[in-house]
Amino acid sequence: MSVTIKDVEHIAKLAKLEFSEAEKEKFTHQFNDILKYMEQLNSVDTTGVEPLAQVIELKNVFRDDTVKPSTSTEEALKNAPASSDAHFKVPKVIG
Amino acid sequence: MSVYDTYEAVIGLEVHAQLSTKTKIFCGCSTTFGNAPNSNVCPVCLGMPGVLPVLNKQVVEYAIRLGLATHCTISPTSVFARKNYFYPDLPKGYQISQYEEPICQHGYVDIDIEDGSAKRIGITRIHMEEDAGKSIHDMDTDTLVDVNRCGTPLLEIVSEPDMRSAKEAYHYLYFIWQTVKYLGICDGNMEEGSLRCDANISVRLKGETKLGTKAELKNMNSFRNVERAIEYEIKRQIDLIDEGGPVVQQTLLWNADKNVAAPMRSKEEAHDYRYFPDPDLVPVVVDKEWIANVEKLIPELPKVRHQRFMESFKLPAYDAGVLTQERELAEYFESAAGQLIKKNEENYKSVSNWIMTDVLRVMNEEKIAVSDFPVTPEHLGAMVNLIADGTISGKIAKEVFDDMLRTKDHPKAIVERKGLVQISDTGAIEKEIDLILAKFPNEIHRYRGGEVKLTGFFVGETMKVMKGKGNPKLINEILKKKLDG
Ligand SMILES: [Zn+2]
Repeated sequence: MSVTIKDVEHIAKLAKLEFSEAEKEKFTHQFNDILKYMEQLNSVDTTGVEPLAQVIELKNVFRDDTVKPSTSTEEALKNAPASSDAHFKVPKVIG
Repeated sequence: MSVYDTYEAVIGLEVHAQLSTKTKIFCGCSTTFGNAPNSNVCPVCLGMPGVLPVLNKQVVEYAIRLGLATHCTISPTSVFARKNYFYPDLPKGYQISQYEEPICQHGYVDIDIEDGSAKRIGITRIHMEEDAGKSIHDMDTDTLVDVNRCGTPLLEIVSEPDMRSAKEAYHYLYFIWQTVKYLGICDGNMEEGSLRCDANISVRLKGETKLGTKAELKNMNSFRNVERAIEYEIKRQIDLIDEGGPVVQQTLLWNADKNVAAPMRSKEEAHDYRYFPDPDLVPVVVDKEWIANVEKLIPELPKVRHQRFMESFKLPAYDAGVLTQERELAEYFESAAGQLIKKNEENYKSVSNWIMTDVLRVMNEEKIAVSDFPVTPEHLGAMVNLIADGTISGKIAKEVFDDMLRTKDHPKAIVERKGLVQISDTGAIEKEIDLILAKFPNEIHRYRGGEVKLTGFFVGETMKVMKGKGNPKLINEILKKKLDG
């Protein structure tokens, strides 16, 4: 499977990024190189091996349903580029 | 036969139930509704870099409860996945959800349809996920975001496309609503968004087995809206096909003010969520012992209780349905019935009548929850005892009930305080009736001439002079004897 410039454009759009034609060209090559490198894994025989969603061998890490103090509103909004009436303010989004 | 009868609808519902845990799914922030904006937030739910989510155990227990109540298989191992999309109310840029291995799968529910028949609706899956925040769009130039709701635990319940009409969809949703409330895992408040419903709808000619192109319908925030919106969409699709046009796959938003569904502004490529397992969360492993422990916490469910109310209390199906609608009300009835001295069909029905008319009326008018109702079930049962043993008449009982609402006093205390004991002394009643009859010779004449309905007039007059305290049964009997004799 090889990546085309169309795939790069699609991924860029999903990531809300814009690139020049030259950059798209460059990323197409880089993506393909990475995929080719990863293809080496296909040579490993995985018959009978369960797929993993996690590499650390842990399960069932839980917290109890007890309320912990929250961050103050002031603190929460501190990093926001814009805020208003205790809300984060962002450019207008339509539903 | 109308063209609409030649088509059938194929409907599947996605229901989101907000869980009534104290804290969010991955952090210790409170889930309280209506707090000041951005006050129930922390680095985890704000999506700060480098933080780690830790799963709330209660969420898993609630998911297992619902899975068991809907005959699902509980997955021995389930994992969380990231669903990637950009929206300002989703600070991380992804929602933590479940994709390939949800906690519950392959269940079903049997819903009741009005005509008395039952229908089985398949449950594809139930998975755990986090809610997004809230955006306020009514500003001119900006959108404001409140992150309080972000990370509130949700269960998404996905049905099979087994429903064939808006009515069936309504009954299915009602079933889910009732079940999550009985299980105590969701408050079911649709206006506050605790229970939300999206529908996938397509239509096809009856007999056709292939599915038509579906549209997704969102934003139906009440039972009535769900039924109306689905009905509207079915008609729209049939009209389209009938006129030769194709149905376009799209998402529609229901507008409850205008009673129309309008297409959501299409976000191209919006459906490419690029799910992948969340590396920050470890698998959830549920063993048989855990399932058995959760099973013990499942209360008697509405359908079973409905049946039991009809059998044990000899209540009509309608009464049993109203009383078991909500668990708290069913418990109220059972406590009141438990107070009865004479446990017979008549008294059970009397308790049911008082609840269905007076108790529910006041609850609805005053918006009082069952648990806060001023007349306790013990007092209501005691009042029905007073009616049953002839101490007070049904009419006087209304006065006692109103008094209990105000004073919360025991009905016996009220009857004594107000001197409301019913007069069942035959001699006393006869004396009053003789006086009345002497006052109305013309009416007696008319009665004996065939105007039998004048009985009501005589009873009324007697009651009036006895200030409502005369035993109505005795008054009727004595009057009849004297008038006919
Ligand atoms: Zn938090």
